[in-house]
Amino acid sequence: MNISHSLATGSPAPRDNSPRFDVSAIRSQFPILERRIHGYPLAYLDNAATSQKPRAVIDAIQGFYLQHNANVHRGVYQLSEEATRDYEASRDKVRQFINARERAEIIFVRGTTEAINLVAHSFAKPLLSPGDEILISTLEHHSNIVPWQIICQQTGARLRVIPISDAGEIDITAFNSLLSPTCRLLSLTHVSNTLGTINPIQQMIRQAHQHGIPVLIDGAQAVPHLTVDVQALDADFYAFSGHKVYGPTGIGVLYGKRERLETMQPYQGGGDMISEVTFEHTEYNELPYRFEAGTPNIAGAIGLGCALDYLQAIGLAQIARHEQALLAYATRALSTIEGLRLIGTASDKAGILSFVMDAAHAHDISTVLDQAGVAIRAGHHCTMPLMARLGVAATARASLALYNNRADIDALVAGLHEVKRMFK
Amino acid sequence: MNQELRELYQEVIIDHGRRPRNFKVLEGHTHSQTGYNPLCGDRLQLFLQIRPGPRPVIEEASFQGEGCAISMASASLLTECLKGKTPTEAKALFQQFHQLLTGDDASTREGLGKLQVLAGVRAFPTRIKCATLAWHALLGALDQGETKPDDPVSTE
Repeated sequence: MNISHSLATGSPAPRDNSPRFDVSAIRSQFPILERRIHGYPLAYLDNAATSQKPRAVIDAIQGFYLQHNANVHRGVYQLSEEATRDYEASRDKVRQFINARERAEIIFVRGTTEAINLVAHSFAKPLLSPGDEILISTLEHHSNIVPWQIICQQTGARLRVIPISDAGEIDITAFNSLLSPTCRLLSLTHVSNTLGTINPIQQMIRQAHQHGIPVLIDGAQAVPHLTVDVQALDADFYAFSGHKVYGPTGIGVLYGKRERLETMQPYQGGGDMISEVTFEHTEYNELPYRFEAGTPNIAGAIGLGCALDYLQAIGLAQIARHEQALLAYATRALSTIEGLRLIGTASDKAGILSFVMDAAHAHDISTVLDQAGVAIRAGHHCTMPLMARLGVAATARASLALYNNRADIDALVAGLHEVKRMFK
Repeated sequence: MNQELRELYQEVIIDHGRRPRNFKVLEGHTHSQTGYNPLCGDRLQLFLQIRPGPRPVIEEASFQGEGCAISMASASLLTECLKGKTPTEAKALFQQFHQLLTGDDASTREGLGKLQVLAGVRAFPTRIKCATLAWHALLGALDQGETKPDDPVSTE
C-alpha cells in the first residue's frame, strides 16, 4: 500500500486504465471548496472527522426529496416503488463497492458507531460468559472501546488491548499471545483516525480465524482511501460511515457474513424488521431487513450510493495514489518545521498527519490556522487511551481527501510558521 | 495576523501561557479542585489557602495542569488576582469575568483589572471554555467543604 517512495522520486506510469487524476477538476465538483474563510480560500484538512460532499451527492439527496419521496417497502403506488428501487439500488452499490457476496449481507445503519453497537449487542453479548475476552487495540476510537466496555460490564467478560509501538504500529507478537481460547471477538480499526496507521488486517484476521475468533473491522477511515474487499479480507463484520466517504451524515453500513447474521437476534424492534406480528409473537423479517427497524434514512442511503458511484468513476487506485503523493509532500514539508514533531510514523499510513509543536498547544495552533482559512482538528480525536499511551494530551491533526492539493498543504505550512512567529 | 487574533493572543497572554505564575502545588492548601474540559482533554488543579474566620480570606492560590495558552494564561492571571479576596468577592469576580467573555455589556470591565486582556476571547466562541476552565475549578473549590473529596468539575 505504501507507494509514497516511488511517487516522491518521479511519476510512474499509471498501472490501470482509469483517466488521469485531475485534482482541479475534482475540486470544482465540491461547491463548498469555493468558500473563503476569514478572507482566505478554504483549505479543508479535517477529512478524518467528516468529508465534504460533491455536487452529485447533494443533487441526489435533493432529487429524492424533489421527485421520489415516499416510504419504502410498503406503498402500492409509483412514488413508493421509486423510493424502494433507489434505496435498494444503493444497497447493491455498497455490496459491489466492498465486494460482499450478496446484498442480504449489507445492513444500513446510522454510522460506524451504530454498526459496532449492533454487533456488540446482537452478536457478541449472547456469546459472552464471565472470564471471556473481547480483544481490541490501543489505536481504537472511543466508539470501538465503549460498546465493548458496556457489554463486558453486563456479562462479566474482560476487555483486552493489543499494545502498539511508539511509531503507532500494532505489536504483532503481543497480538498473537492475546489470541487466547477465551477470546470471543477481535474488534479492530482498519486505519487509525488519529495516526493514520494502516493495520495489517488481512494477516490479523487470518490469525484470529486460526483460533476460531470472529473479527469486526472498523473501516470508517479506510473506505474513503483504500480498496476494501470484504471477501478477500475474510472479515466477519466490516463497518463504515457514509459521511466520511463523501456521502451524507446519518447513514452507514454494517457488512456481516450471512452465516454470522443468521445466528443473531434483532438489535431494535419495530416496523420493517418483521414479517408477522401478533400480540403473542413476532416473526422477524429476512436479512438484511431484520436489522433495519423503522423507516430508514432513505435519502441518506441514496446519497451514499451516489458517493460510491462517484468514487468508482474516479477509481480507488487513482485516489490512493494521489493521497499518498500528497501525504509524502506534506510529511516532508512538516518535517522541515523546527520544533514540530509528527506523532504516528508507521511505515504503512493513510493521509493523516498528527503533530505537536514546542511553540504552541494544538488548540492555539488550530485557532491561528483557522484565521488563515485552514481547517484542522485539535484535541484527543476521541482516542483518549491512545493519547495516554503516546504521552500527549492533545495533537493537531491534518487529514487528507481526494480534493486536497499542494496549495492546501502550503497554506497549512505557512500557518504553522505564523504560529511560531506568534508564540516565539 | 488579523486584528482579532492579535487581540486574542496579546503579549500578556502569551507570556502567562508560556510562564504561568503560581504554577505549583500549594503546601498547606485548604481547598483544591480539579477542572476538566472533556472536549479537549485540558485538565488543571487549582489550590487555595483560605484563612478561616468570620471574614474568610483567600491568602494564597496556585495551580498545576496542562492546556492551551488561553487556559494556562487565564488560570495564571486568576491565581494572581485571588489573593486577598474573600470567597464572596471571588464569586462576584467569576460573574464579572464570565460577563466579559459572553455578555454584550462592555461596562462590566470595571474592576477586572489585568483580567481584561482576556476580552479578546469573546470573538472566539469555541475558546470560551478554555478561558473559563480554571474559573469553574474556583467555584468548585469555594463550594466544597474542606473534607469533601475532589470530584473534578467539568466545563460541560
